[in-house]
Formats: sequence, C-alpha cells, structure tokens
Amino acid sequence: MPPVDSPLAACLALLASWALVGAAGLLRPASIAFVGRVLFPLGALIGLGLAIVALSALGGPVERATLVVGLPDLPMHVRLDPLSCVFLALLGGASVGVSLFASGYFRKGEGTAPGVMGLQYHLFLASMGLVLLADDAYAFMVAWETMALSSYFLVTAQHGIPEIRSAGFLYLLMAHLGAIAILLSFGILQGGTWLFSFDAMRASTLSTPWATAAFLLALLGFGAKAGILPLHVWLPEAHPAAPSPVSALMSGIMLKTAIYGMLRVTFDLIGEPLWWWGLIPLALGLATAVFGVVFAAVQTDMKRLLAYSSVENIGVLFTGIGLAIVFHGVGMNELAALALVAVLYHALNHAFMKSLLFLGTGAVLHATGERNLGRLGGLIHRMPWVGWLTLVGVLAIAGLPPLNGFVSEWLLLQTFLFSHEVPKPFVNMLLPLGAAVVALAAALAGYVMVKFFGIIFLGQPREPSLGQAHDAGRLEKAGLLWLAAGCVLLGVLPNQVIAALGTATTQLIGVAPASAGRSWWMLAPLPERAVSYAPLVLLAVIVGVIAVTFLAVRFVYRRPVRPAPPWDCGFARLDPRMQDTAEGFGQPIRHIFVSFFRMERELPSPLDAAPHYRVVVTDRFWQALYVPIAALVQRAANSVAWLQQGRISVYLTYSFITLVVLLAVML
Amino acid sequence: MSTVAWFTQFLEVLAALALAPLFLGWVNACRAWLQNRRAPSLLLPYHGIRKLFHKDAVIATDASPLFRMAPYVVFGAMVAAAAVIPSMGTGLPFRSAADAIALVGLFAIARVFMSLAAMDIGTAFGTLGARREMMVGFLAEPALLMIIFVASLISATTALPLISERLAVQALALYPSLAFTAVAFTMVLLAENARIPVDNPATHLELTMIHEAMLLEYSARHLALMEWAAALKLFNYACIGFALFVPWGASLGEAGVLALAVSIPALAAKLAFAGVWLALLETVSAKLRVFRAPEFMATAFMFAVLGLLVHLLLGA
Repeated sequence: MPPVDSPLAACLALLASWALVGAAGLLRPASIAFVGRVLFPLGALIGLGLAIVALSALGGPVERATLVVGLPDLPMHVRLDPLSCVFLALLGGASVGVSLFASGYFRKGEGTAPGVMGLQYHLFLASMGLVLLADDAYAFMVAWETMALSSYFLVTAQHGIPEIRSAGFLYLLMAHLGAIAILLSFGILQGGTWLFSFDAMRASTLSTPWATAAFLLALLGFGAKAGILPLHVWLPEAHPAAPSPVSALMSGIMLKTAIYGMLRVTFDLIGEPLWWWGLIPLALGLATAVFGVVFAAVQTDMKRLLAYSSVENIGVLFTGIGLAIVFHGVGMNELAALALVAVLYHALNHAFMKSLLFLGTGAVLHATGERNLGRLGGLIHRMPWVGWLTLVGVLAIAGLPPLNGFVSEWLLLQTFLFSHEVPKPFVNMLLPLGAAVVALAAALAGYVMVKFFGIIFLGQPREPSLGQAHDAGRLEKAGLLWLAAGCVLLGVLPNQVIAALGTATTQLIGVAPASAGRSWWMLAPLPERAVSYAPLVLLAVIVGVIAVTFLAVRFVYRRPVRPAPPWDCGFARLDPRMQDTAEGFGQPIRHIFVSFFRMERELPSPLDAAPHYRVVVTDRFWQALYVPIAALVQRAANSVAWLQQGRISVYLTYSFITLVVLLAVML
Repeated sequence: MSTVAWFTQFLEVLAALALAPLFLGWVNACRAWLQNRRAPSLLLPYHGIRKLFHKDAVIATDASPLFRMAPYVVFGAMVAAAAVIPSMGTGLPFRSAADAIALVGLFAIARVFMSLAAMDIGTAFGTLGARREMMVGFLAEPALLMIIFVASLISATTALPLISERLAVQALALYPSLAFTAVAFTMVLLAENARIPVDNPATHLELTMIHEAMLLEYSARHLALMEWAAALKLFNYACIGFALFVPWGASLGEAGVLALAVSIPALAAKLAFAGVWLALLETVSAKLRVFRAPEFMATAFMFAVLGLLVHLLLGA
C-alpha cells in the first residue's frame, strides 16, 4: 500500500469513496431526496477533490503501489504518472458539473430506482478512475469491464422501451469486441515473459511485425470504444438512449478513456512507434470526423445529433494521435509534442463542451418531454438559464474564438502546417491536405451547432405545449454553470493548460511543447515561427468594441424600440409550423453529401389531399458491413444448433465420443 | 511598441470604419457604369446608415435578447478583424492577438451570430437565409484556410502582418502557387460577401436571397450596424487580398511616419482598382442557382489545394 499522504493514496481513497457513496444509495433506494440531494452532491465533491489532487500531483514524481485486492498471485498494480493525472483531472473536473446536474435531474418513476441508479453511476465513475490508474493488464481489464457493465446498466435504465434494450445490447456487444482486441494486444505486449504488469511490457522488446500487430489490435479495441469508423454504429444508438447525465458521462468522459488507452499503449507500452503506423489513425480519424459531422447535420433527434458530433470529435482526436505518431516516428519530437498537446487539450475541451450540451438537452427533455427537434423551438424565452449556458457550449464546440474549442483546433491546424516537413516523399504532400479535411469538419460543426441551438432555443415554439416549459432547478443550473465556466476558462488561459499538459507529453515522448514559454497571456506553437494567439486580448478587443458601440448608439441615437409582429411577406397566415424544420435545415447537407447516406423518401404528389412527407436517412455501414456479419453469425449459430437434437440418447453419444477423444489424446 | 505603431493601428481601424461604406459605394458605382446606368452617389451607403440610425427601431414581438445583441457582436467581430489585418502597416501592436486562423474564427463568429439572429424570429425566410449562409460558410471556410496555408507555407508563419511583410520584402518573384490561390481567394471573397454569382446584394426577391433574407427583421440602428458590418467585411476581405497578393506599398515593420504616409495613397489606389475589378467580375457573371453554389465553392477549394500542391512540388 502507498504511504497515507501520497497523491496516489488520495486518488484511491477518493475512488473508493465514490464506490461507497454509490453503495450508500442502497440504504434508501427509492428516496429521491436522499440520493439526489445528499449522495450526488457528495459525488460532485469527490470529483472536485479528485481534480484538485490530480492537478497538484501533475509535476510530482511517478508513484506506484500494489493493492492487496485481486487474485492470489495476481495483485493489482496501480501507478500515478502525469498522463494519468491529466485524464484524472478531466474525469474529476467534468464529473463535478455532471454530478451536480444529476442531483436535480433524476425523478421518480423513470425506470431503475434512484438508489440503484446512483450505485451504477458512481461505480461507473470509480471504474473510469481505476482504468486511468491501472498499471497491469489484469487491473486494467477488470476496471475496463466494470466500466462497460456499469454503463450498460445505466444505458438501459429505462429498460421498458424495446429500442433502449436493443441499443444496450449493441453497446455491450461492441464493448466486448473491443475488450477482446485490447486483451489480445496486451497478450502480444508481454512479449513472451508472461508477466502482465505494464512495467514488464515497457521492458520487453517486440519485433516489428508483433509490435505492429499489438498496435493494430489496440487501435481496434480502443477504436471500438471511442467509435471510429466503421466501429461507430453503437455510439449514436447507446449515448442518446441513456439518461442525459449518463450520456454526458459517456460522451464527455468515457470516450476519453479510449484516447487514454491508445496513448498509453502506443507511446508508453510499445515505446517506439513506427512512423507509418500514424497514417492509419490519421486516415481513419479524418474519415470519422467528416462522416460524424455530416451525419450530425441531418439528425432530427437532438441527442443523436450530439452523439454523431462526438463521433466527429473522436475523429479529430485520432487525427491528432496519428500526426503525433508520424512526427515522433521520424524524430521530430517538438512537433509530436505539439500534436499530443492538441490531442490532450481537445480531449479536455470536449469533456466540458459535450457534457454541457448533453446536460442542456437533458434539461430540455425534462421541461418538454420532447427529443425530436421538430417539436421544439423558442425555448430561450421559457428557459433562459439553460438557453444561454447551452449557447456557451454551442459556440465553444463550433470552434469560435475566444472559447476553448478554438484553441485545440488552432493547435491541430498549426501542427498540420508543419506536416510538409516530414522527410517522406508523397506523404509530406498528402499530409497538409488533412488540414483541409479538419477545416471542413470544423466548419461543418458550426453548421450543426447553429442547427442544434437555433431549432431548439430560437424561433417560435413549434408545439403549443412548449409554453409550459420551465427552467432548470438550482442544482441543475449549478452543474451547467460549472461546465460553461470550464469552457470559458480553458479558452482564455491556454498557456496555463498547455504547461500542465506538457508534463504528460514529457513523460510520453520526452519533450514538452515550447509554446508556453514567452508570456502568460500569449500562445505560440513554436518560438521561431513568431505566430501567436492571445485569447484574452482578442476578447478584450471584441468586448471593448461592443461596449463602445453600444454606449455610442445608446447615447447618441436614443430612439425608442417598438414591438411589432414579424413581417409576413404579405401572407397573413404564417404560423410556427412554417418555420424551418430540422429536416429542412439538414437539406443542403443531404444534397451535397448525397453519397454518404442511404435515403428513403416519400414525397407527396401535388394533388394529395393529406400530403405526407417522410425522409429516413440511414448509415450505409449498416447494410454494407453489419447486416452481412449479423447474418453470418446467425447462420453459424443455426448450424451449431443442429447439435441440439433434443434426445437423451444423442447427448449420451456426444459424451461417449468426447470420452473416447480425451482418452485417445491422453494415452 | 512605438508611438508610430500605435498610431498606425488607430489609423487603420479608423480608416476601415470610415472607408468601408465608401468602398461599397465605389463598387456599386463602378457596376452601374459598366452596366450603362447612371451611378448613385458614392456617399449613398453613408446616407443609408445615417438615415437608419435616426429611425425608431421596430423589433418583432418574438425576438429574444440574442436578436438585439447580434448586431453589436457582428460589428465588434468585424472591427476586431480590421485591427489585425495589415491594410496600411504591418507593425501592428495587435498582431500578436490573432493570427490568420483566428481571423477566420472572427469571421465565423460574425456568421454564426448573424445566422442565429436570423433564426430567432422564427419566420421561414430568416431560417432559410441562415441555413444558406451557413452552407456557403462551411464551404468557404476550408477554402480560405487552404489559401492562408499556402501563403504561410511560403512565408513560414500564419500571422497575417508577417506573411505580408515577408512576401513584400522578397524579390519580385512569380509564385505560381500564389496565382492559383489568388483565383481561389477571389471566388471566396465573392461568396463570403454575398456578391454575384453566389448571392445578389441588390435582390429583393426573397426566394433567392441569402444575406438579405437574414436581415429581413432588422430595422433602424440594428440594421445600420449590420449593414456597416457587411461593408466592413467586404473591406476586410479586400485588405486580406492586398496583404496576401499585393503587399507592396504598406509600411513594413517599424518603418516610421514617412512609410505610413506613402501607404495611405497606396491603399487608396489598391481599393480603387479592387472596386473596378469586383464590379467587372460581377457584371460579366450571372447569379448561380443556390445548389450550384457548392460547385462554385468546391472549385475555389480545388484551386487553393492546387496552389498548395504546386507549392510543395515546385517549392515556390
């Protein structure tokens, strides 16, 4: 066991107290007041503690310990190093907002009892923490599976609904396919020593083909968890099915454990990745980013839209990982550090932005009971808190300065600007084009977010029932406020964040980015480039200009404001149903990216008495990849079923044959 | 930072604010002459803005605070953009605040707020305009970034004043890559500023509008700010074009008062020429259908990518 005053001990104690807080919910499982008003705020407090401990341990020495729990000769090893610290801070920091929101969120009569839900929720958090601390394959896999299972139960909280059950099944299936790949990857990494501690894996040297196989298996396993193409199909099903705080945890935090795993295996356990490996996550990441954002643009369900947007962000993250591997492999470590910082920064940003947006949809869902964008609208009047705080998240994820989404995007684009210096022919010409794809995805993200915010919160209510919508409760507001504040702070203080993330890149590739050097308010990727971005100055200029303009207009042209009905273009019977729908807003995207979709359309004829318009957009991957595989599995299962004849004499024959075979083998 | 640098900064922002409507008036006048019409007064945009400021504002009953906030944000973003574009001098004190990528971000802020404001009232045309504007935006933004990339590969920086400075001091060499990107930039400029062939600034037919459709609900001072911001955007784009493709004449670095004095007529000459060129382009081309706009923008993007490849192949 570690000494009592060490950060590692503090982390473990905090994780254990998460589990305890969860277990305490079983004392009074049906009491909303106890679980909601006591346990979830406690969980938020623990999250805050975890973030503080992780941040203060960032610059400290690497700590390791062996836990007494586990199988007799397989104790669990844990280790706290800068990479774990960064992700623990992400977990703690983002979970504060989500837990605060969740305290006010869960209501009676919605599926699983609140106490049981609280147990699953806190176990989910604790297992994610353990994934980040694990220092051997056994502990890692146990934590990884606990994470998958607890989140499975959370996804299927409303198990009365068949769609949610099938989404949960798909999620569980993909989670296990991924877990098998990760397990196999660890199996290769131990390199014949049969020691499964990460230290042994760091020490073992693999031949190139084996190392490549380990990398590809890890990419498959962690990619399935993160949702990269073509393993993304579960994500837009499972994330929206869960209650909103759980969706926030899954999209905001759980996906980042996959990024953590990828970084851990590639840069720490394998050690020296080959440069061309990077091209695979790079290409997959770029494809995933565009695919995700294009699908997000045509969604009509607000939570599915956000889930596809998570697919896009995962694509961006994998793009950054790919770039880092390429740069590191050819020995350009300063640039690799820049790419890695962009990845870590974006992971942190996405945790805050996406949690904020999912919680915003949760508040809307509770206030209106609607997830369909076509039945929402005008909610900024009824729910000003949720509306304006969600706007912060929307602007951040659309990549607008001076908020946080822009900083990581800026870093990634700056890294791409150097990619033509990679000393490999052809590759150095293709890599800069990746920047164009990232730019396209970022610009499309702006489109998606305007659609998301504009249709939910702006315009007129599309249904009369929306007039009764109420704003979020006090704890829910606090949760949203925490995450929005995180988005702003991460945006305007990039140097402080990068300095913290630099400790992790130093650990992984031995170099910290040189960017955070010059002054505390100005960000520069590499000193010799004389390029900089100063969000605080930019913010001050914009706010200053707005203030001066506003005052000038107010005092010089003091004219009254008169309300009037909107202009109807001479057609006097405009009603809220004539506003653009979610389908309508997605129409240009369907038109431009037509080859991405499988579309079924029912168009009314002009003479129809009761015209009906329907368009269903589905993923081509279902038909092309998953349906054939499912059919194959079904056929294989059917042929195995032939064994089951239902007569005892046949089964006795099987036993007899088995015995004979065993005897023959033994003798 | 010297006094001259701060003075240049101040003068540049002031010039942008003051000259932007005049530039718009100049383009309109040139277009009228080319089309054998009598030109309106060059000062017409000023009169329009002044008249709007003196009117009572009419705001739709369903408007949220976002609607009244948006003109100020859009205007603020455009002024901030003007502060980092080296139209007269490159030794700007604010140049470390935002590089060219952040500049693209500033334009994106304006676009997003304008679109959100258009959706706020909840009329069909506002939303229609918003989605078309965002469509043009997401096609133009990558193209603009690629253009900036080519210039920054040549000059090894993404800070616009430094790009301009390094391109200006190099010997007068012909960059084939910059020629391709100049074509791409012209196309992006037309699309982003709602000019023919993508949008028609003079249209009053709602179904074909993009920019104007978003402003349908604005009146008085809010409309004045929006129109002024639109003029500023055109001015800013023109100045980005000068900084990238005709950087000569601007005062470089800490060059002093004399260079600044030279840069003012240089800017005026460039603007005058750009106005004629824009008017000519708009006169000889026809407005595209909305769904041909993606092809137009894809062409611009391809030109920019071609520029990039040419640069990587030839190193020039």
